[in-house]
Amino acid sequence: MANTINLKLQVWRQESADSSGDFHYYSMEDVPVDISFLEMLDILNENLTKSGIVPISFDSDCREGICGTCGFVINGIAHGPQSRTTVCQLHMRHFNDGDTLVIEPFRATPFKIVKDLVVDRGSFDKIIQAGGYVSINTGNGPDANSILIGKEDAEEAFDSAACIGCGACVASCPNASAALFTSAKISHLLQLPQGQIEQKARVKSMVDKMDEEGFGACSNHAECEAVCPKGISIKNIANMRRSLIKSIVK
Amino acid sequence: MSIIKAALPEKEIVTHVKKLDGKSPGGELHDKWSKYKSEMKLVNPANKRKYNIIVVGSGLAGGSASATLAELGYNVKTFCVQDTPRRAHSIAAQGGINAAKNYQNDGDSVQRLFIDTIKGGDYRAREANVYRLAEVSTNIIDQCVAQGVPFARDYGGLLTNRSFGGAQVSRTFYARGQTGQQLLLGAYSSMMRQVSKKQIELFTNKEMLDLIVIDGKARGIVVRDLKTGDIEKHTAEAVVLCSGGYGNVFFLSTNGKNSNATAAWRCHKKGALMANPCFAQIHPTCIPASGEYQSKLTLMSESLRNDGRVWVPKSADDKRASEDIPENDRDYFLERMYPAYGNLVPRDVGSRAIKRVCDEGKGLGATGRAVYLDFGSAMDRLGEKNISDKYGNLFDMYETITGESPYKKPMRIYPAIHYVMGGLWVDYDCMSNIPGLFVLGEANFSDHGANRLGASALMQGLADGYFVIPYTLGNYLANNSLDAVSDTADEFKESIDEVKKRNESLLKIKGSSTVLELHRELGAVMWDFVGMARTKDSLAQALEKIPQIKDKFWSDLNLIGNDDNLNKSLENASRLADFIELGELMALDAYDREESCGAHFREEYQTSEGEPLRNDEKYAYVSAWEYIPDSSSILHKEDLNYEFVEMTQRNYK
Repeated sequence: MANTINLKLQVWRQESADSSGDFHYYSMEDVPVDISFLEMLDILNENLTKSGIVPISFDSDCREGICGTCGFVINGIAHGPQSRTTVCQLHMRHFNDGDTLVIEPFRATPFKIVKDLVVDRGSFDKIIQAGGYVSINTGNGPDANSILIGKEDAEEAFDSAACIGCGACVASCPNASAALFTSAKISHLLQLPQGQIEQKARVKSMVDKMDEEGFGACSNHAECEAVCPKGISIKNIANMRRSLIKSIVK
Repeated sequence: MSIIKAALPEKEIVTHVKKLDGKSPGGELHDKWSKYKSEMKLVNPANKRKYNIIVVGSGLAGGSASATLAELGYNVKTFCVQDTPRRAHSIAAQGGINAAKNYQNDGDSVQRLFIDTIKGGDYRAREANVYRLAEVSTNIIDQCVAQGVPFARDYGGLLTNRSFGGAQVSRTFYARGQTGQQLLLGAYSSMMRQVSKKQIELFTNKEMLDLIVIDGKARGIVVRDLKTGDIEKHTAEAVVLCSGGYGNVFFLSTNGKNSNATAAWRCHKKGALMANPCFAQIHPTCIPASGEYQSKLTLMSESLRNDGRVWVPKSADDKRASEDIPENDRDYFLERMYPAYGNLVPRDVGSRAIKRVCDEGKGLGATGRAVYLDFGSAMDRLGEKNISDKYGNLFDMYETITGESPYKKPMRIYPAIHYVMGGLWVDYDCMSNIPGLFVLGEANFSDHGANRLGASALMQGLADGYFVIPYTLGNYLANNSLDAVSDTADEFKESIDEVKKRNESLLKIKGSSTVLELHRELGAVMWDFVGMARTKDSLAQALEKIPQIKDKFWSDLNLIGNDDNLNKSLENASRLADFIELGELMALDAYDREESCGAHFREEYQTSEGEPLRNDEKYAYVSAWEYIPDSSSILHKEDLNYEFVEMTQRNYK
């Protein structure tokens, strides 16, 4: 085989939320550099299955970086060493022959480990339920072009709305804060006329819910922005704070 | 019932004589839906809260249906296999959503979108459904904008559009290359609002494994909790299935890894007819497979063909790098073959043209299975910045996967399975032949005929969920008196026993072939024999090979782990068992349809120019297959009557 590398993997294995976990060690030989990281794990799982060992559980779905299903930590970095890249889009050409890779689940109190590298991110849904929407029933919308939105505003709103809800921001934050996730939704709606009407109630309710779910406070480390595969900016957090203050101070 | 002996050894195609009725309302085409709506029975608001509605799936169809039904006051239970409803595979749709808004003043209209869709589907869709789809398309855009979907805008603040294949107007609304994501998050946010109001009860990580039919009506489902392995039962007055398409039967496709046919197939086994299963769309512009470990294929949006030009070297022996090949030695074959539509021909036409040049030996690279999609002349004309604004994220995605920048070198692309037009049979109400089982979105067969136009999947999913089901479901409930059912009914008990037994037997096989190996094996047979070009002979071979894979699956599967916790191999094995059965039905359907139409290309039936040759006299029907345990499926036919459109040979030249 043309371009291949050998790797040593150190993978977190944990049977369930209640059991304790530990690292298991695996050697991978002749890994083609053109395959993705998850395809590399697919090969490992095939080998494990054939040896009678339960394969490693990890989440993935679209494998094109948009659904936000996949995600774990590689050598201390959520989604691995490539910036703006989910693990499903990370390719083995970015690793070197002989590398040791430590693979762990996203760790944060609100993200319970389900099994191995799979965590429960259901608390994100609860934050959105607290107000991450425009209260409009189907069929009530006015003609789409009756709402004018400047090109730049639309682009900025899009930048915030591009969050895929993977949870890398939480996993990378020393406080396990969900500020980037929460603020991205608040900011998306804040930048559009449709989102203005409910803005005050929304920001208060979503921030309260974030605290209630056990996420920590933001103390401006900006690790979240650094690992975000979609490049969501911490400007969103500033927007959220400004909006929160405005909602409290009359 | 008449029995037709086909040439297949021991294969008979049994046809049901009584024709299926799609229940299109009468009257003028443009009046049908509004007249039908005004005559429907309604459920009064106080009564709506007495009804429990199950929605399976949370993509564009399931998300929009859940939100809309909950807003109306029904008690909705929504189930999805993902850890959150926001991850359904609709999220991966890139290019856009069609709507007949005519904002560009370029002559678009509901009529024109209707005609384009019927023609694009090669005259194998139901007129009344397609017209309704075009009609409600404009409401979808209004709805999504009101939700805060950040569609692309012009400097003046108005919405902007792009063109897609099979149309000569610009009617596609988009949000960069992430339109599906933004529309899905819109539907998801509406859903979350209803969850917070306790109008929707959300069930994540649950996979539907059976439909419960009591007194001939759909009254509940059985699901497996993917985290605990628990088998659960849920009753309802109606079940709305929005479980997506089955493209993963080919193993390699652009579908997400969790996209599967199981929920739909289990409904099929409970009596729901499966319609046009052989209509599978192959998308012309995907990143070619890099090797044997490829786990899925990534689409490059059709919108790229607005500015990208598809070409191969004129000579099969030309092995120069793309930049060293002068204009004169390049064959822009789509522009050459189809001057009127050029690079924007419909997907089936484009895919076959690419296959043809590759079969002639002009394909690129070691595999010879790739052609160029080149932005050089567009960048010269519009500048790199402009191209980057339009397609930046797609270019980045391409570079991430292949390691090559499309700004510097042309993309390489090859067709891949992308979408299935086939699905469970539904009538005009989007209801299957099992009363109370509604099927929406890609899971049904209804609107795209034999080929779907680009940017129409998002349109259909949302049309069904936002604007069709709220009416037709109410009409069903108001017209039927439904007795209360209990989850202790025998039907539930039997189903649960069977579901448990099946999982246990999968784990007991203890053979040597992994799920992945068997799925690859099935995929190879499907692609080689039931793929982009089919023949009677290839299909007959598939009909022999697929049962062999089925035997191997049930005798040699190597499955590790237990049934009482998260076990992805078990999930995949259970889905593969259904894919194998479905694959066989697809081959049978393709075998039966002795014509070419849209994406279904039988090599025996083509024009002298290599275009699909329909046989309207014999095959202007929807094939709807009935499952018969331990025997051949029975073919039911719904005749397609074209009252308002003349069926012609498609011509994109």
